Amino acid sequence: MILATDSDGLRDSSRRETVNRRLWLMAATMLAVLAALLGRFGQLQLGDHAAYEARAENNRIRLRAIAPNRGLILDRDGRVLAENRPAYRLVMVPERVPDIDAALAQVDELVGLTAAEREQFRLQLLRTRRFQPVTIKTDLDEEQVAALALERHRLDGLEIEPYLTRYYPHGEALAHAVGYVARLDEADLRRLDAGNYRATTHTGKTGIERQYEHVLHGTTGVERVETNAQGRTIRVLERTDPVPGRDLRLTLDLDLQLTAIAALGEHPGAVVVVEVGTGAIRALVSKPGFDPNRFVQGISHEHYRALLESPYRPLFNRFLSGGYEPGSTIKPFIALAGLEAGAITPATRIFSSGRYKLPGHAREYRDWRRGGHGWVDLKSALEQSVNIYFYDLAHNLGIDRISRELALFGFGQPTGIDLPGEFDGVLPSRNWKRRTLNQPWFPGETVITGIGQGFIVVTPLQLAQAVATLAGRGRVAPPRLVELEPPARRVAHSDEAWEAVYAGMHAVVHGSRGTARAIAGQLPVEIAGKTGTSQVFGRPDDNLEIDAEELPWFLRSHALFIAFAPYEDPRLAIAVVAEHGGGGSSVAAPVAARVLARALADEAADDPAVAASETAPGVQR
Amino acid sequence: MKPGWLIREFRAQPLRLDPPLVGLLAVLMAFGLVVLYSAGDADAGLVWRQAVRLGLGVAVMIAASQIPPAMYRRWSIWVYLAGLALLVAALFIGVGRGASRWLDVGLFRFQPSEIMKIAVPLMLASWLYRKPLPPRLLDVAVCIAFLAAPMVLIALQPDLGTAMLVAAGGGMVLFLSGIRWRWLLLALGAVAAAAPLLWGVLHDYQRNRILTFVNPESDPLGQGWNIIQSKIAVGSGGLTGRGWLDSTQSRLEFLPEPHTDFILSVLAEEFGFIGVTVLFVLYALIMLRAIWLAAQARDTFGRMLGASLVFLFFVYLLVNAGMVSGAMPVVGVPLPLISYGGTSAATLLAGFGIIMGLYSRRKMLKA
Repeated sequence: MILATDSDGLRDSSRRETVNRRLWLMAATMLAVLAALLGRFGQLQLGDHAAYEARAENNRIRLRAIAPNRGLILDRDGRVLAENRPAYRLVMVPERVPDIDAALAQVDELVGLTAAEREQFRLQLLRTRRFQPVTIKTDLDEEQVAALALERHRLDGLEIEPYLTRYYPHGEALAHAVGYVARLDEADLRRLDAGNYRATTHTGKTGIERQYEHVLHGTTGVERVETNAQGRTIRVLERTDPVPGRDLRLTLDLDLQLTAIAALGEHPGAVVVVEVGTGAIRALVSKPGFDPNRFVQGISHEHYRALLESPYRPLFNRFLSGGYEPGSTIKPFIALAGLEAGAITPATRIFSSGRYKLPGHAREYRDWRRGGHGWVDLKSALEQSVNIYFYDLAHNLGIDRISRELALFGFGQPTGIDLPGEFDGVLPSRNWKRRTLNQPWFPGETVITGIGQGFIVVTPLQLAQAVATLAGRGRVAPPRLVELEPPARRVAHSDEAWEAVYAGMHAVVHGSRGTARAIAGQLPVEIAGKTGTSQVFGRPDDNLEIDAEELPWFLRSHALFIAFAPYEDPRLAIAVVAEHGGGGSSVAAPVAARVLARALADEAADDPAVAASETAPGVQR
Repeated sequence: MKPGWLIREFRAQPLRLDPPLVGLLAVLMAFGLVVLYSAGDADAGLVWRQAVRLGLGVAVMIAASQIPPAMYRRWSIWVYLAGLALLVAALFIGVGRGASRWLDVGLFRFQPSEIMKIAVPLMLASWLYRKPLPPRLLDVAVCIAFLAAPMVLIALQPDLGTAMLVAAGGGMVLFLSGIRWRWLLLALGAVAAAAPLLWGVLHDYQRNRILTFVNPESDPLGQGWNIIQSKIAVGSGGLTGRGWLDSTQSRLEFLPEPHTDFILSVLAEEFGFIGVTVLFVLYALIMLRAIWLAAQARDTFGRMLGASLVFLFFVYLLVNAGMVSGAMPVVGVPLPLISYGGTSAATLLAGFGIIMGLYSRRKMLKA
């Protein structure tokens, strides 16, 4: 302890030296480190400032999308076919609900919850932040809203929220033409511009709703909001309002549509009414339909299965995707091919004995009337639908000519209608058969093609387009519901040829032996038409006599009828398919008569000039 | 020393304070309260409570400055031993979130480890004061033992940050004593060699902190979040800052604990690089003044103790600013005299009190 002195002696001065050296070394080091640390702040705050500034902005600024209101769909007179109906849904803010299961049980007790709703809720709950509302039940009815409102004090964190839902006031009448919207799924987002759908819940799945999605949807609005670290909105900094979707005015006439549905009666089938020259579709029926509103809310498994399993196939779009043998409705077109090729003239007469054989072949082709029709010219052949006339004509023309002529009228190709999912039909030819069946063409197949049987398959829409083209003397206008396209091309035939076919088709309705003469009395004006029958099953032996009435319903033939009206100045073309209707004359023709009568009566009621300017179809606004 | 020494001390010099240092500290604390108002979401109550705590700290500082150095030297071993005993007690009856750091003594809670931040340098300085300097190997070994005992106890709590601060203060005494460079290098080498062993002893959360420090973006929503958000706050401040009360990172709750450990992020965002520079200059002036005061102390005990207490203050600043700027791992060390909280402020102010007390007695004893 000798060294332990408090004095400032010499011995201590060396100690002091040691300590002081170290002390100032420490101070210098500290300053240097402090300077380096300041340098670090300088690097962050000056060098990398822009990058961090941007990240701070990204941190706090969120873009919140606002869904636009979907455009309405209107008929040609402005009647609403698809609208946005205010509805109510029950939502839960999870962070405000202490016991979610208990809350769900309460809701179930008050308004009932399906297993699907519970599952949907659970899924959403997992994907949503705790302070954001999760939907429990949509489309509450008034009673449910009242029941929930009464118990509001017991339902903390639950809210009844108004929203807009798509509604189709005419339900199944337009299910296939207008289509429906349903909940947006992953596949939709791949197809659509995901950026514009950030706030959208539903999108068009079929029909017009799908085809004109880009018009109906509108542009999503956006809010720049400041959010905190949990993502909760603190305030709105800036807002760009959404641009609502534009309204669509269709060429469809609601009254005519309903008339056509009623006219079909009990028969499943299709009715297509097209304006001659413009291609504007006035009625577009596939029966039976289904309630599209169910799909908007999310159809239940049971309902969906019921629709799928129904023998009437309500989900099947018959006018667009239904393939039918055209039967005798093809005859006017075969006749045009014959006239064009010079194989016949209007005066050419053929003897119908009731039976027809190809030279060197054993197979016998029959006329529909036993014993035949005797000597017939083209007009009579069309009027009475004489098969043998067209067997012979088809055989003389050959399949290649027939195929070329039918292609001119649009058979075997999409019509270009503004609806998704169109079926092309089948237009047989030598090439087609080799390509698809890898078989050579047999002459007998040409013969039956002459009466619209065999491989040939058409859709009601194709048939209607072909009739409209025929009635318009060859002007081909694609059938459209919204944006009309001018006639693109023309099927060129001589006036004599057109007139000859028109005369034959006129006689079908107004001739004394016409196959559809029964409807003549129901029409306000004269029209031209053609009946047809489409076989559902091939008879194993043509000689087998079968009474149609004895066949089970689902094996009965389809009844077809095509027509245009008025005869003198054709403005409307129609194609009717009544499934399992038996004969075209007895079932399909009266349907067409009723629809045309209604359409013509409506036209007469309006001043045509005013009507034309007012009812221009297309995108509104 | 006979009873009545305090009265005699007071008569000799009523307040043994250094006006420049006290002035600098006052400016620093005032600045801190201004930043705290913003970081605490404009909560005047919070600022008021902190002002009271700082006031208590200043009282501790004044008291510490009145006690003569000889008294500290004489009582150092007892303070040290009492601190060790409390640390052991904390291990068994301590409370705290996931770590037994606090002792509940009825009226208030306190951390015995806090005492050690001063007690360890004090113990080492008074031990070495009686030894030849530079110290012999045996003395160094004894000092390391004095250092290691509380460190192990604190690390067991576990509280790595405090253990580090205690080691810094004590280690600095050894350094100042003139310990040979080659021993120093040897010791550093030993620590480096032991690092892998230490890694095995670390708790998972401690390892995670180090891992996320190396690459914060690897876990942007978990451990890395703090570092990333703090760097964003600092970087977005730029040269002049967003302005007082306009820190979006803190206001919108992106910053963790903006009023305690990350208050420097708020300061940097609101006052920019200029604000940080002002703060650092303030800190540098305080430390330089304190070192200068310590260098004037009457003997090596005072110089070693005083300087090591300044170093302790410096390490607080280094660890906190390093964490906030993403230059060092996240360790829960407050920004000295600015972060919300009274404990560390009291400790650090007591340190300055001791330094000023040492300085005020230089002439009197020289004479």
